[in-house]
Amino acid sequence: MRTAGVLIAIALALALQTTLARFVVGGTTAIDLVLVTVVYIALTSGPVSGMLAGSLAGLIQDQLSTGVLGIGGLAKSIVGFVVGAIGQQFIITTALPRFVTFVGATVAYQALFMGLYVVLGLRSFPSPWKAIGTQALGNAIIGMIAFSIIEALPGMIERRRIGRRSRH
Amino acid sequence: MTTLSPSIAGRQSQKAMALLDIRQRTGWLFMAVVVGHILLITTQISTRRGVPVFEAVTFGVFAEVQRAASTVIGGVRDVWQNYFALQQTRRENEALRTEVAQLRVGLQQERALAEQSRMLQQLLELKRETPLRTTAAYVIAGGASPDFRTATIDKGTSDGIRPDMAVIAPAGVVGRIILPTSRAAKIQLLIDRDAAAGAITERGRAQGIVVGTGTSLRLDHVPGTADIQVGDRVVTSGIEGIYPKGFEIGQIESIERRAGEYSSVMVRPAVEFSSLEAVLVVLTESSVAAEASDEASDDEDR
Repeated sequence: MRTAGVLIAIALALALQTTLARFVVGGTTAIDLVLVTVVYIALTSGPVSGMLAGSLAGLIQDQLSTGVLGIGGLAKSIVGFVVGAIGQQFIITTALPRFVTFVGATVAYQALFMGLYVVLGLRSFPSPWKAIGTQALGNAIIGMIAFSIIEALPGMIERRRIGRRSRH
Repeated sequence: MTTLSPSIAGRQSQKAMALLDIRQRTGWLFMAVVVGHILLITTQISTRRGVPVFEAVTFGVFAEVQRAASTVIGGVRDVWQNYFALQQTRRENEALRTEVAQLRVGLQQERALAEQSRMLQQLLELKRETPLRTTAAYVIAGGASPDFRTATIDKGTSDGIRPDMAVIAPAGVVGRIILPTSRAAKIQLLIDRDAAAGAITERGRAQGIVVGTGTSLRLDHVPGTADIQVGDRVVTSGIEGIYPKGFEIGQIESIERRAGEYSSVMVRPAVEFSSLEAVLVVLTESSVAAEASDEASDDEDR
């Protein structure tokens, strides 16, 4: 059941990423919804789920992009694993730690991703700091919103149910 | 021979199950995934030639998902807009509501139609002006990763599209086809970090190579003696054999010189990549010939 949920979440994130990319932030998408999903899965389900989700999502993303298959997968696997491990060691349930986690995960992912490309001599990234900063901020905001919505949803449903019952 | 008590045997079997359960061996699993990815990357770097079949199949399948997602999101957007309009008009006078809503919807439809016909007219004008054979296509999705600047169009090999065909818009050069499937094709936008095109400035005829920076363009390999100024129009030189000569790429935005050489020449793209909706794919001679031979062989078969 959880596996199916993870797969659906990744598919949804990929579909949204490709479809909304044209409408968001002047076409230069400053967010990576797939990475946000991987970090969310890692924080809620642990390092193994985070790593496997990162691996799968990254490989699909690599496959659909023009890059080398595996680089995004490797970077996202490592980020998923580390974030999952951190989530098990520390209490990351309030806004600030979550914000820091999303920012840290994005920076780590970009460092791994760009680092691998540079080390392999496949691409150069002159002055990437602005792009990384924008993406880290964008991912953190989207991640926080996603967490708030998902956490508020059961309570909202329950309140509506109680409200309906009390009316009867 | 000694026999184990049932409790000890049970505990041992539980231990064995725990050892077999891969989730208990996080470190090993992590190492396996990392090594797997590294092997995958290594294999590609040494043997990557052309487009792998797996990539083409995955892209083809996902293009259909993107098409469906684009339709669904369009539908949801329409439903949401209608709902919003309804909420606003509820506050207004009951008698006026229907009329206003009808007028608004009508106006929006007219505007949308006008916008669409303006865009199509621009494309048609470009198609007429261009001596090349082209086919129009709609952009149905953006890139899957923000690190790569690609887009998906709704036409593929069944419409005569082949790899390395130039993609243009009324404003200028968009990019090139990198992966066509039967009903869709992936475009590498000119602003992608891996994209490049031969370029020449219109005023000073200074030649160089325009490369993508992820968000903008940079003109490289400009000789130090070349005459270039901020505001100069940069067009394709056609030297790389993909983009037709003379199509606008953009305008020079900034120039930096160091030790008598141009160290950085930034170019503002002529195409607004954020609002890219319809494009023209330049059908090269080889694809036209291939299409003609396909038709001929079909006729012969008949």
